[in-house]
Amino acid sequence: MHYESNVREPLILGDKSYKDITVDVARPVETAAPKAWWIVFSISLVMFLWGVGCILYTIGTGIGVWGLNKTVGWAWDITNFVWWVGIGHAGTLISAVLLLFRQKWRMAINRSAEAMTIFSVIQAGLFPLIHMGRIWMGYWVFPFPNQYGSLWVNFNSPLLWDVFAISTYLTVSTVFWYTGLIPDFAMIRDRAINPVQKHIYRILSFGWGGKAKAWQRFEEVSLVLAGLATPLVLSVHTIVSMDFATSVIPGWHTTIFPPYFVAGAIFSGFAMVQTLLLIVRKIFKMEDYITIQHIEMMNIVIMVTGSIVGVAYITELFIAWYSGVEYEQYAFLNRATGPYWWAYWSMMTCNVFSPQFMWFKKLRTNLIFTFLISIVVNIGMWFERFVIIVTSLHRDYLPSSWSMFSPTFVDIGIFIGTIGFFFVLFLLYARTFPVIAQAELKTILKSSGESQKKHHDPHGAH
Amino acid sequence: MAHTEHTPVVRALYLDDDVVLDAVKNLRGKGIKVKEVYSPFPIHGLDKAMGLKETRIAMAAFMYGLVGLTVAILITSYMMNIDWPQNIGGKPSMTWGKNMPAFVPIMFELTVFFAAHLMVWTFMIINKLYPGAAPQNPDPRTTDHHFMIEVAAGDGVIDALKETGAIEIAEA
Repeated sequence: MHYESNVREPLILGDKSYKDITVDVARPVETAAPKAWWIVFSISLVMFLWGVGCILYTIGTGIGVWGLNKTVGWAWDITNFVWWVGIGHAGTLISAVLLLFRQKWRMAINRSAEAMTIFSVIQAGLFPLIHMGRIWMGYWVFPFPNQYGSLWVNFNSPLLWDVFAISTYLTVSTVFWYTGLIPDFAMIRDRAINPVQKHIYRILSFGWGGKAKAWQRFEEVSLVLAGLATPLVLSVHTIVSMDFATSVIPGWHTTIFPPYFVAGAIFSGFAMVQTLLLIVRKIFKMEDYITIQHIEMMNIVIMVTGSIVGVAYITELFIAWYSGVEYEQYAFLNRATGPYWWAYWSMMTCNVFSPQFMWFKKLRTNLIFTFLISIVVNIGMWFERFVIIVTSLHRDYLPSSWSMFSPTFVDIGIFIGTIGFFFVLFLLYARTFPVIAQAELKTILKSSGESQKKHHDPHGAH
Repeated sequence: MAHTEHTPVVRALYLDDDVVLDAVKNLRGKGIKVKEVYSPFPIHGLDKAMGLKETRIAMAAFMYGLVGLTVAILITSYMMNIDWPQNIGGKPSMTWGKNMPAFVPIMFELTVFFAAHLMVWTFMIINKLYPGAAPQNPDPRTTDHHFMIEVAAGDGVIDALKETGAIEIAEA
């Protein structure tokens, strides 16, 4: 019943019992934070507060404090928006798509990956809001009855599709995450000694008791949510890409954008999952659960999606030439050899060249190398969005409008602020939430635990 | 722990999920009614062994999805084609049918939105889960590494539970 081939490497290392999993997952919540946590948290908090200051300055003064001009009307703001949304995609991919494909290795990492999704979509959502200038009218993006006629939103516009896609994505990811968290909150509640802590986890766990019928429904709900989240995650970045693809700007007006954006999103998201999990497993001593094998699997995903992105870049170049449209041809030639050549070649190096190292098993199982590549990939994916947005805009149809973009300290400050905000949220999560879906992980202990596997007769099926 | 049922029950604790599954089959074979099983994680095959009906929550989610799709069709047709039709970019939106391709993303997103959220609300309500609810498990160890079978009290029940490998038996 709990048999799994010995060809498959164990997913839980060491001689673990159900009790050990409970203790290991509850430890970060029940013990004081390590010093490293406080150091990283303080730095993130300062970055966040600096970003808050820059956002308040923007709202108080207007978006003229950014480096935008009449030619380059979208720059760092939308670059950051697309970057953060893309990062979010890996969480859903791990928790939903890998659930549908019955990939058991997802169980140790899905909780943190989903947390990353939610926190990065929050960062993404900030940018369109503050870009409105008058953020207090932000609710106008929703179709509320009003006294202007009624004047409705334009359902033909990809920007409005984006409102619906991002809102659905954020809220559905949150309930998916929370539903999975309930049994684990109940575990912490039942162990808690401190009355304040017990009370908080009692509220958070919704009274979960692990009844048979509740588990039956729980599994069905998880499966259906995974089935809903899978096309949802693909739709979100597809719609984000349509913000560009439905326009008539050379370099944006291409049909390859939806699959290309989705692959890029998964690519950058997995890189961010690596960055975070390599830190989490070290600080919270989760090496037995987030094993080298998990890191290697994710590196393979990074390699595959990075190569897809590479093929997309080359296809774009080919189609620009093959289309015979001189504006398209100029846009791509200008990307590679124009004034923003350094951004284009940074993108190419980071996104297409660097993941190819992952063909070597020695490199993709090396933690320090993986950590470096994960940072490089995220830098590269930021440049990808910068290249798409700024280099396409800065050369207008009218040469008299040609311009360059340079960010002000406010542009930079807000970006740094969102990185700080993201890490503040993630670090708080890592200290107060069960970072591993322990209830789910216990279901595979007998089939995939290291010592349990050793006790199985290799020929004894069932 | 607060419990609403008044009939006396016997609760037996176990240490292993396979033992629990065998115990449930064994007890039901003897005609003892297994009222509830509390476990720290889902045990595959337990619902069938207990004779639980299949959950219909997936069907509910499908229905909720249809509601979402209907809402999307209604709001797009009312706002774009009935209440205030506009000529946007030289492309007038006079009939919903011709305008529909532009609404596919909205129709999809609202289908997912309604299906996911209403299903999760349904899940919470039918399982009586809400913020601050009293823990449903009588023994806190059953979210950790213990498993509990709850059966109606009666003659010979305790002996039958002992035979199945229970480590602790208590009447409540």
